[in-house]
Amino acid sequence: MTHKEFMAFIWPSLLAMALFIAVPIVSVAYQSMFVEHEQIMIETETCGPFGCTPEVAVDQDAMRKVREDSPAGRFNGLDTYTNSSHLATDEITEIVATSENFGEIRDRIMNLPFYKALIFTLSYTFIVTPLVIVFGFIIAVVVNSIPSFLKGPVIFFSLLPMIVTPLVGSLVLFWMIDSRGVVGAFLQYLFADPSLSLKASPTLTWVTLFVYGVWHSAPFAFVVFYAGLQTVPSDTLESSMVDGANRWEQIRFVVMPYLLPLATFVALMQLMDNFRIFEPIIGFSASASATSLSYLIYTDLREAETPLFGSAAATSMLTIIGVIILLLPVLFRNAREFNRKA
Amino acid sequence: MKFKLTTALVACGLAMSTTAALADCGIEGGSVRILSNDFEALHVIADAAKTCANDSVEVTSNATTEHKNIQVPALTTNPASYTVPIVATNSIVPLLNEDLIRPLDAYVEKWGQQLLPQQLIKVDGKVMAIAFMANAQHLFYRKDILEEHGIAVPGTYAELIEASKMLKDKGVMEYPLAANFKPGWNLAAEFVNTYLGTGGDFFKAGSAELDIDNANGMKTLETLKAMTNYMSPDYVTYDTNGVKPIWEANELAFATSWGSRASAYIGDDSPAPEIAKATALAAMPALMDGGVPSAALWWDGFTIAKNISDEDAEASFRAMMKGISPQVIAENQELAVWLVDGYAPTPAADGVVANLQGKARPYPMVPYMGLLHTALGDNVIEYLQGSESAEQALDDITAAYNTAAKEAGFLN
Repeated sequence: MTHKEFMAFIWPSLLAMALFIAVPIVSVAYQSMFVEHEQIMIETETCGPFGCTPEVAVDQDAMRKVREDSPAGRFNGLDTYTNSSHLATDEITEIVATSENFGEIRDRIMNLPFYKALIFTLSYTFIVTPLVIVFGFIIAVVVNSIPSFLKGPVIFFSLLPMIVTPLVGSLVLFWMIDSRGVVGAFLQYLFADPSLSLKASPTLTWVTLFVYGVWHSAPFAFVVFYAGLQTVPSDTLESSMVDGANRWEQIRFVVMPYLLPLATFVALMQLMDNFRIFEPIIGFSASASATSLSYLIYTDLREAETPLFGSAAATSMLTIIGVIILLLPVLFRNAREFNRKA
Repeated sequence: MKFKLTTALVACGLAMSTTAALADCGIEGGSVRILSNDFEALHVIADAAKTCANDSVEVTSNATTEHKNIQVPALTTNPASYTVPIVATNSIVPLLNEDLIRPLDAYVEKWGQQLLPQQLIKVDGKVMAIAFMANAQHLFYRKDILEEHGIAVPGTYAELIEASKMLKDKGVMEYPLAANFKPGWNLAAEFVNTYLGTGGDFFKAGSAELDIDNANGMKTLETLKAMTNYMSPDYVTYDTNGVKPIWEANELAFATSWGSRASAYIGDDSPAPEIAKATALAAMPALMDGGVPSAALWWDGFTIAKNISDEDAEASFRAMMKGISPQVIAENQELAVWLVDGYAPTPAADGVVANLQGKARPYPMVPYMGLLHTALGDNVIEYLQGSESAEQALDDITAAYNTAAKEAGFLN
């Protein structure tokens, strides 16, 4: 294919990508460098059903002019990135200077909102992703070996967790793990501990979220691996059997190497997805013990009456950077393999 | 039983006129587009306003719990997507900050004869909203359980905690108490309630500088923590809707929740009729003997958008006058604590009325209160769960608030 033909084929996609991916990201990056104008306040009296109180209010006439002059807000450079709600550079410098030992430094940094969210986000990503790949692969191998008349129903049920909307799925499980719910009550009975609550303990909340994540995403890995299994060359498998390979050796030395590129693909998708974990935190009402970067963006935009666009934009950019860092090793590996084949 | 509101609230006593309302409200033309939260009392108002619709007057309404998030963008367009945003003490603030609603003085003078002076929300001398209902959190208690164990209705937190301890020690209930302690908006509202009970203010007078890192802040945190000792550890997930089924499951003796939910707790149509019958309402406990109920008072009211034609604005005001007319309220007394002329409180209003009589304080209507609310919502829970000290919690709140207030332009 000539370059000209290639461009003719690709330009609609390039245009769509520029419009729907590049432009929004650039606008978010731009937004993250601005904060609201300094508010001009006036002292007023506010009266209502419960009496009058002296309050302050924003001086509308004065603000209107300021806003018209520069609608984007006040330029703040990268200060939003370094403030105490994000990278907290000043706070960390101070913590390192005033703490006595490493443990104290760690505890105090983990108390900063961004790092608290980051540590959960990373734990979730690095625990759930490998488990999803492992479980997905196991399910695929098992389903592939059951009699064909059972395959249809089994595949359908295996896919259910992925079909259910994340929010609905997490809400269903949330009620099941309630101390009055099926799972919660059974665990209390099992451990003979009536005060056991999956919702209250931070550790158990983390575990619950990890389990949910694996439950929800394993079907995705299963579908991919199952499709891959249908294409494993039967002559290679047969020759390995002739060489005396048992079932495990067939999987280990024929199937696994063959499916490795698929595993890379699943890993890529899962790293991206899991780094953006959000819905389960809402569904499980888990914000007491677990917050993620996406959850921080949500609170900036939705919890306050006045959304903090700059702060949300900065967290979004940091999330994008995080995803890129996570994906780099996998992408490098892929590129190397590609070059080797070429 | 007779219920008397404080004179400051309802002049009352007017005989209800039962004359049939005019079908067309006398509006010549225009479009009325209502945006409101989604609960029964507001549906009633919107439905009444819709009776003003005719060939030349269009009345539509959108009742959604997302109202707070869409109101600013919806009113920023010209013409605005909605003419009547129905707001509360907190959600009017962004509309004021962004200059999106118009003063109503002229309309009140011309069309607002039915309004009581207390219904007018004035900012800087101008009427910016018309309040029609009051709301606050208050105490729900089980009178059967209290009578059986000889417990008086708690008037202070110390009494509430003592009573809870007694019920727990006697083995009556493992966790007799519940409150909306879910981190985020709910937990922050509890902090605000309790802090108001201390008599302290959140900000240094006339500035956006936070003033809670003091004895009042400590006392508030300690009180909240003392309550958690008698609450199920699941309290970290409790919001308004989460507590109700537990109450109905006969597992609680005390709960604090919203007045607007009271009629659902004590109504005949409750899924647990015996428990509904045994449920009674009282003022929020005070922090100390003789103190005010530690509850923030809220109002709900309507405003009129700025970016609409004068014809639409007038039609909107007059349709809303129909919506909150004394006749409409008289037919729906039990749905809310109305601030409208002629309202006689029903049993479901006991708690909020008791708060009002106890001179509870209003939720602060300052432009930066929302930022503090968010900071409180994110930073109190670790102290309650025991993973950090009260001092650290107050420091974290202050840091989060200062960062947000700087970004919003309220602090330097």
